Amino acid sequence: MSRSLPSVARIAAAGLATMVACSGPRVVTTPPPVPAPAVTPSPATRIDLTKPPTLGPPPSLRPPQISTRELPNGLRIVVLEQHELPLVDVMLQVRSGGETDPAGKVGMADLVAAMLTEGTANRTALQIADQAAFLGIQLNASSSWERSTIALHAPTAQLDSALALFSDVALRPAFPAADLERVRKVRLTALQQLRDRAPAIADRAFASAVFGDHPYGRPLAGTEGSVASITREDVQRFYTTYYRPNNATLLVVGDVRPDDVERRARELFGAWARGTVPMAPNAAQPRPKGTRVVIVDKPGAEQTSFRLGGIGAPRTTSDYFPLQVMNTILGGSYTSRLNANLRETKGYTYGASSGFGLRRSAGPFIASAEIVTAKTDSALIEFLKELRAIRDTVPADELAKAKRYLQLGLPSSLETTQGIAQEFLPLIAYGIPLDFHASAVQRYGAVTQADVQRVARQYVDPDRLTIVLVGDRKVIEPGIRALNPGEIITRDIRDVLGAPPTP
Amino acid sequence: MIARHFVSLCALIALLMSGSAAHAQSVPKLQFEKLTLPNGLQVILHEDHSTPIVVANTWYHVGSGDEKPGRTGFAHLFEHLMFLGSQNVPQGQFDQWLEAVGADNNGTTSVDRTAYYEQLPSNALPLALWLDADRMGNLLPVMTQAKLDLQRDVVKNERRQRYDNVPYGRANETIWAALFPATHPYHWPPIGSMADLTAASLEDVKEFFRTYYAPNNATLVIAGDFDRDSAVTWVTRYFGGIPRNPQAPVRPTVPAFSIPRDTFLVQEDKVTLPRLYQTWHSVKLFHRDDAVLDVLADVLAGDKNSRLYKRLVFDMQVAQDVNAYQSSGRMDGYFQIIVTPKPGQTPTRMSELVGEEIGKIARDGVTARELARSLNSRRASFLDQLASVLNKADRLAAYAYNAGTPDYVQEDFARYERVTAADVQRVAASYLGRPKVVLTVVPEGKRQLMVSGGGK
Repeated sequence: MSRSLPSVARIAAAGLATMVACSGPRVVTTPPPVPAPAVTPSPATRIDLTKPPTLGPPPSLRPPQISTRELPNGLRIVVLEQHELPLVDVMLQVRSGGETDPAGKVGMADLVAAMLTEGTANRTALQIADQAAFLGIQLNASSSWERSTIALHAPTAQLDSALALFSDVALRPAFPAADLERVRKVRLTALQQLRDRAPAIADRAFASAVFGDHPYGRPLAGTEGSVASITREDVQRFYTTYYRPNNATLLVVGDVRPDDVERRARELFGAWARGTVPMAPNAAQPRPKGTRVVIVDKPGAEQTSFRLGGIGAPRTTSDYFPLQVMNTILGGSYTSRLNANLRETKGYTYGASSGFGLRRSAGPFIASAEIVTAKTDSALIEFLKELRAIRDTVPADELAKAKRYLQLGLPSSLETTQGIAQEFLPLIAYGIPLDFHASAVQRYGAVTQADVQRVARQYVDPDRLTIVLVGDRKVIEPGIRALNPGEIITRDIRDVLGAPPTP
Repeated sequence: MIARHFVSLCALIALLMSGSAAHAQSVPKLQFEKLTLPNGLQVILHEDHSTPIVVANTWYHVGSGDEKPGRTGFAHLFEHLMFLGSQNVPQGQFDQWLEAVGADNNGTTSVDRTAYYEQLPSNALPLALWLDADRMGNLLPVMTQAKLDLQRDVVKNERRQRYDNVPYGRANETIWAALFPATHPYHWPPIGSMADLTAASLEDVKEFFRTYYAPNNATLVIAGDFDRDSAVTWVTRYFGGIPRNPQAPVRPTVPAFSIPRDTFLVQEDKVTLPRLYQTWHSVKLFHRDDAVLDVLADVLAGDKNSRLYKRLVFDMQVAQDVNAYQSSGRMDGYFQIIVTPKPGQTPTRMSELVGEEIGKIARDGVTARELARSLNSRRASFLDQLASVLNKADRLAAYAYNAGTPDYVQEDFARYERVTAADVQRVAASYLGRPKVVLTVVPEGKRQLMVSGGGK
């Protein structure tokens, strides 16, 4: 197919969906019966077309077959079979990421991952790319806070050649000096370009304001200063320290058999040597004393980027299910309160949402929207109203809708090989049992009004908010000050991203 | 009517692949059944029971290309109104009811069509069909000025968030206006102008609905885990009574045109780096050169070894990024190359380098390896398109509308298999040898960076 001419969507693809997706799997197994929106007796003789139809019981999910193995060198292998199409996803996930970046070398884990596909002992960067395109495969490496992942997506017909390339990239990266300098320049330029995008500036300012010196307060991609300072030796040392079989899991999803995967893994990764991998540090997280508003000036901006929130919870929290339900009600779905209010009632924005960044340690809770400049103060009033109201008891029907949405919504997350892989990678990273989905429906079902209120009061604190507003300061500041929401701090973009380079 | 087939995709592929060389792997057929209701609604059914989800996807054959002068953006604004309730669905309940059964939904508007989908657990299909039928048949009795005014504000914010407050976000609007004549349906983008969004009236809403939102101007695709006979019963029950529009809507006329000479434009924006956009008028979707131009785009900027990426980004390191693509709709198309120079480099220098690389292909052609990289990557993308029922529903609707039959995925891919090196060389020389629209987006106050006719 050709690229279509651009289209516009009712809901921003990167809005609600992203925030929901970061909060973890949403899968259904043997769900309870679901009442239809309005129940109508269906007489055989006459059908009332003015009433929604009565629905049958919802389907049970068929989660993928899970098979786990371990090689003598400690490499864990997880195989999830899905034989619908001749496709396979292979993920090597290393349990180390940006949280281990040394001070002053922020962006290291990200740079190391990026360099894996830029040359090996056997192949140049161009040869790797040529082979990948020739085989019709996708081969990428990336890094997040606590994991680094090499990802292969391939037709099974190409699996032999694809795995040879994949293992070469994983085990024998050469980090050629010239390629490192080329990639570094691309990344430094991309960091300069962040100044153009208010939402990106808001994300950076929010993380910094909430987490301060904690690793989550730094940017994963680094700063212009830190990226410039990372040496080839730093990159090699990081790779040698953390990319070890006893710190890694090989996840294989698709049209494969576990025995065949194990045989291939032994051949390709059997000789990979164990190493002593340092634990990631557990840094203290700051506690805010009151609400702070950080206004970052973006002169002429047509909208104000809103980021409100604070420190949320770790992925392993025992409050996982109540948190998901509470967030679905607050800002995690299209009909959520934030979107219903700020978009569908007031028309201030194209979409408002909220989400928890669930990580190894407590990550951020963020409510966000892009608000038309003239309604910045009005929107702040509505945001604060919703962040207070969620602490009251939620009505039973609203709770029931959110639970059903989570229970029944998106068994499609386990539809494709790539979807399955994205569901299971975080389970592996955070040490959550792989049969997580088996009990998820019951655990969502068990969430009560009291649970939702308890987690709302614990994790959403309207009196200790960090509020970041990136917009046209001279227009928005008077209205914000008049609301007296808390301490107000004004910043320029250079305070957030550093001074722009002189041309 | 085409008989139903129960050969699973898996079995089919196993058959195709047995004993065959790796690259002989082909794109599997998408099985379907097509019905037409007496009121003209086209219905396409595709069963896939591998996951207990189902998709209903309705395409109305109207897009921004059908809009009247002074009402740009209206097709999309109207799309928003389709979610605000209908005769039997109170305002706000469309989404509430769907979420309560675990469903997601959205709508999109392009130059050619407006599409609405619901993705549901398989038991909830009748709810989606009932909701879609109610808004197809009974939207206007509950339409109000307040609904229009609200979504007008939302859409204006969409325009700000996705175009106006985004670096380089207004570039294509400027390019389309210069490339396509004022009477051409692609002269403006689907988002429309702020002034025209302001001007849209309740009377426009009513007229638009009566003209375009009729069963004989729509295609409904149901894909996924459903029972065929039940689905046909529901479709007939809910949609069967909606009257057809006896008057076929007037389709936009597409003027034949060519650009007599290069057009040079400059646009100031709040950006750190300038960016160069070069755009040629090309061909519409499924024209015999459409796929050839796709391959040319791959050869120019598809991956690290592509001509422009390798020279400008990898070797010389004078560009931050390069992009090339053939963008084609039902009525027309264009070919675009975009280059962002690195700090200290000029758009004019980028223009010269791009010209050199196009010239090399036009003069010396392309290699077998370049063709193979493009073809094999595209083959894999076709396979990926068949992994989700949402994508399959979209493909079936698109082929039914644009190719005249839903049974087109294999022919779509075969177009790429037929592309030769000589074809690629020919389109580089012909289409990219013609006058073009050159837009330089520059940081505010840096108009001197504009590429103009004075250079190459």
